Amino acid sequence: MHTEQIRALVAQHARLSVNANDLTDDSDLYGAGLTSLTTVNLMLALEDHFNVEFTDKMLGRKTFGTIRSLSEAIEDLLNK
Amino acid sequence: MQDSPSNAIDLTSLLELVHKIGQESLAPYADSVDREARFPEEAFAALRAHKFLSAYVPVEYGGLGLNITQLSKICEVLGQYCASSAMIFAMHQIQVGCIVHHALGSEYFQAYARQMVEKQYLLASATTELGIGGDVRSSICAVKVTDGQFVLEKQAPVISYGAMADAILVTCRRAEDAPRSDQVQVLVSKKDYTLTQLAGWDTLGFRGTCSCGFTLNSKGDARQILPVPYAGIHSKTMHPFSHIVWGSLWLGLATDALNRARTAVRAEARKNPGVIPVSGTRLAEADIVLFSMRSGLHLALADYQRLLVEGDADAFSNFSFAIRINNLKISCSNLVVDIVSRAMLICGIAGYKNDSKLSLGRHLRDAFGASLMVNNDRILGQNATMQIGQRD
Repeated sequence: MHTEQIRALVAQHARLSVNANDLTDDSDLYGAGLTSLTTVNLMLALEDHFNVEFTDKMLGRKTFGTIRSLSEAIEDLLNK
Repeated sequence: MQDSPSNAIDLTSLLELVHKIGQESLAPYADSVDREARFPEEAFAALRAHKFLSAYVPVEYGGLGLNITQLSKICEVLGQYCASSAMIFAMHQIQVGCIVHHALGSEYFQAYARQMVEKQYLLASATTELGIGGDVRSSICAVKVTDGQFVLEKQAPVISYGAMADAILVTCRRAEDAPRSDQVQVLVSKKDYTLTQLAGWDTLGFRGTCSCGFTLNSKGDARQILPVPYAGIHSKTMHPFSHIVWGSLWLGLATDALNRARTAVRAEARKNPGVIPVSGTRLAEADIVLFSMRSGLHLALADYQRLLVEGDADAFSNFSFAIRINNLKISCSNLVVDIVSRAMLICGIAGYKNDSKLSLGRHLRDAFGASLMVNNDRILGQNATMQIGQRD
């Protein structure tokens, strides 16, 4: 799993109102201040870091809601 | 059923009634509403008398149960007679839409829906906030709940017809420790709030909306907080509903401008029978612009109504849907200015005069407001970001 790398990218790019190190893998990122527009920054950072490309269906609250769901999505993309 | 394409409404006779209200209770007062920047009381007395303020409330709660397409048509017709009245009507319906789409799961709001029908409440909205700018998806103020009661204070640079409303839907943070984007929407009733005016409303256009700024101090029962997060209310209702009903009334405004231009062309043609005046060619061109404004609106309406019927909540938070709705807003708000300007050229001095039957001064001033209410540059910036995120 990639949760620690993702957490670091969340800290850097998601412009949250809380410290990303205080987030658990299941914390609600939208509840922590992620917005539909800041997901774009995070998406670009994740794609760049893992060298993957999210599919259209993945670009929603289900994928970007928690660090765990992001990690699972990245895992899926890397295994394709 | 709200989203059913085949509810039992006879739209033709309904629209005849709306035209009659427009002719009798909007048009005769449009100039004084504009000149004095006053609330269009005559219009709202008539709209209330016909229970139009609860037009979007489902039939089971006593409302007319119109769907968004039918409601938009009413906004368009009203826009032909007095754009300020139509704008107030549209903004009110957006608030009703938020309650109908998102709050009827709660017993409190079920009872409130019936009350809205019975009392014909006029609902206003407080979204923007001092210190935030126009970003309605962020709040500084927070609702504070203790023992089932809330207090809420908001510094709102604009609350359209705030002083005349019966209730206001206010966006705010969910709690004092919530981030700015974690918002809820709270219904506050006139008996439970005070408004202290911060700013007046002496503007070029849409003067009758009386969109003054206020400090709002309110309290109430915690059940008045809409039962779902504002994020979902915004993407499914506030954002698309607003741009569609606004676009509709702007279309009505543009239609009336071209109707005035047509009157001018006809008078010109009468002077020289058998010769089509140049202004007739200009009118034919302007009508193509109106056609494209109408087409864009119908496209967005069909899109939105289909998604409402399908009921897939994820579809509304999708970037491509949000971009399409933003495109509608930017396009309609630019086209309305274009069309009124073309009508002005056709009407000539008669359109330029304030005291002529073909005057287009109010239309032109109102039209310029369209690109400023939710500034087009802000919307374009959001679209730029979403274009990067969107996948085809």
